[in-house]
Amino acid sequence: MSSRESRGSVGIVEPKQISISEPLRLSCGHTLDNYQLVYETYGELNSDASNAILVCHALSGNHHAAGYHTENPDERPGWWDSCIGPGKPIDTERFFVVVPNNIGGCHGSTGPNQVNPATGRVWGPDFPPLRFRDWVHSQRQLADQLGIHCWAAIIGGSLGGMQAMRWSLEYPERVRHCLVIASAMNLTPQNIAFNEMARKAILSDPDYCDGWYQEKGTRPRAGLALARMIGHVTYLSQNQLDERFGRELREGTFERGNSLPVQFEVESYLNYKGGQFAEDFDANTYLLITRMLDVFDLAREYNHSPAEAFARAKCKFLVMSFSTDWRFSPDRSREIVKALVQAGRDVTYTEVETDRGHDGFLADIPRYQRDLAAYLNRVAQETSDAN
Amino acid sequence: MRIDLDLVEQWVPQGARVLDLACGDGRLMRQLMDQRDVHGYGLELDADSISGCIERGVNVIERELVRDLDEFADNSFDVVIMTQAIQVMKYPDVILEEMLRVGKQCIVTFPNFGNVRARLHLSLRGRMPVTKKLPYEWYNTPNIHFCTVADFDQLCRDKGYEVLNRVHLSEQLFNRQFGQLWPNLFAETAMYCLTKAAP
Repeated sequence: MSSRESRGSVGIVEPKQISISEPLRLSCGHTLDNYQLVYETYGELNSDASNAILVCHALSGNHHAAGYHTENPDERPGWWDSCIGPGKPIDTERFFVVVPNNIGGCHGSTGPNQVNPATGRVWGPDFPPLRFRDWVHSQRQLADQLGIHCWAAIIGGSLGGMQAMRWSLEYPERVRHCLVIASAMNLTPQNIAFNEMARKAILSDPDYCDGWYQEKGTRPRAGLALARMIGHVTYLSQNQLDERFGRELREGTFERGNSLPVQFEVESYLNYKGGQFAEDFDANTYLLITRMLDVFDLAREYNHSPAEAFARAKCKFLVMSFSTDWRFSPDRSREIVKALVQAGRDVTYTEVETDRGHDGFLADIPRYQRDLAAYLNRVAQETSDAN
Repeated sequence: MRIDLDLVEQWVPQGARVLDLACGDGRLMRQLMDQRDVHGYGLELDADSISGCIERGVNVIERELVRDLDEFADNSFDVVIMTQAIQVMKYPDVILEEMLRVGKQCIVTFPNFGNVRARLHLSLRGRMPVTKKLPYEWYNTPNIHFCTVADFDQLCRDKGYEVLNRVHLSEQLFNRQFGQLWPNLFAETAMYCLTKAAP
C-alpha cells in the first residue's frame, strides 16, 4: 500500500450502487422505469457542492477509474489512475470526482447483461438502443441524487468527450467547464467502417447465439476478441507499433530449412489484448455502444451547424488532441475548436506531440498532464474563490 | 514587461474582442483581460508558451500561422494583434491581409531593421547584424522577413491600408530623441495600428 500511496493513489476504493426510480425516457421511445448505476467517487464534496467533476468513460472503460479494489499487489489500478488522485491533474484533494458506469454498460449498471425486471430474463440483445443524451440524462439524475447542481467540470476522452459535449448542450446551466480529449463531433465513415468490422466479428461468432449467449451459458469470446483487436490496433500509432514490436518474432524463425509457423510479437500482443478483453466485456454492450458512436452527431438537431449547437452552451472548453491519433485525429478536434470560436465560447486547444496515438489520452505524457493540471488548477481556484 | 505591450494596451478599446497572434505565454492577453476587460483568444505554437497561457487562464489555441486564419469569420474581432512576430512569418503580407479580414483593426509591432545600429553593423563590419534585441546568427534566426519602417510604410501604401496610429519606440536615449524625427534611422521598434481603407 505504501508504494501506491506515494504515487498519489486514491488507494482502495469501493464501487457504490444507486437505484434511480425516476423514469428515464430514452431517445428510442422506451422508458426505463427504474435503473441501477454503479459508480465510484474520489475525494470529498465541499459544502456548496461546487467542486464536483464528472468523468465520462470511453468504450471499454467503466466506473473504476482510479485506485484499487483489493490489497493484491498485482492488481492494476483504474483506467485513468495516471490522472486521478491526490496531487494528480484531477486532484482528489481539491475535487470530488464521480465516475459512473454508463447504462448499457456491462460492469454493474443497467445494461444488456443485467436482468430486465419486466421479463425476469437478461436484457441481452433486447436492451433498447441508446443515444448519448440518454447517458447524459441518467448522469443528470445521478447528479441530482448526489446533490450536485452544477459540475465544476465534465471530462471525457474519446466517446467520453462526446458525452461531455452533449452535456454542455443538454444542461448548459449545470456545467462550468467541459474538457474534451481526443474526441470528435461525429464519426468519420472510416470510423464507422472499423466499428462495423468489429460488430461483424461478434455477430459471426457461433457462440453469439443471436445475443442470447448468456442464457445459453456461453460467451462469443472469439468474436469479441477479434472485435477488440480491430479496435485496439486503431488506437495505436504506427511509430508506436514500430518501436514496441518492430518485426520481432514471438515464435518460429526466418531461417530456411524450417517449416515451423511464425508468430510476430505484434500478433501475440493483439491476441493477448483481445483475449483479455473478451473475458471482461460483454458482446451486446460492445454492439450497443459502437452503434451509439456511429449515430452520434452533436449538431444534428441544430441544423447541422456545430456553431449553432455550441451557441447553447455556457461553459468554458478545453479541447485536446494527440498528434498521432488517426482514429480521432487533431483535425477533428480543430473542427470542435472552430465551432466554439464561431459560437464565441471560451476555448483552449492543445495538440500534444506524442507517438501514443488515440490511447494517448490514457497515457502519462508530461505535457498533457501539465496542461490538464494547469487548466484544472484554474477551475479549482474559481471553485474556492466562489466560496 | 516589454515596452510595446503597455502601449498596445492603450490602443485596445474597453471590452474589445481581441485575437492575439503568436501570443507567447499570454502575458498581453492577461493584461488586456484584466485592464481592458477584453474577450478573445491567443494563437500560439510553442508548447511551453501554451502552458503559460493556460496557467494564466488565457484562451489559447495551438496553431501554426502560415497563410490563413480560416476558422475566424470576417470582422469577428475588434482588434487583431501581432507583437514582434511579423518578421517570423513565412508570408507576412498574407497574414497581415488575414488580420485585417478577421479584425476591424490590427496592431502590429516589429523590430526596425533600418535602425542605425543594424545599418552600421552591415556597412562597417560587413556582417549581418546581431544585436541584443536580435541575438541570432543569420543561419539560425527565426526572423526570416526583416523590414524597415520605410518598407512597412510602403507595404501599407501598396495594399491601401490606412494607418490609424503609429509610434516609434527606442530604449536607448539617443535613439529615443531622434526616433520621432527620423524613425527609419533611429526607431528600434515600430508599432502600427491599421485598418482596411474603405473601398
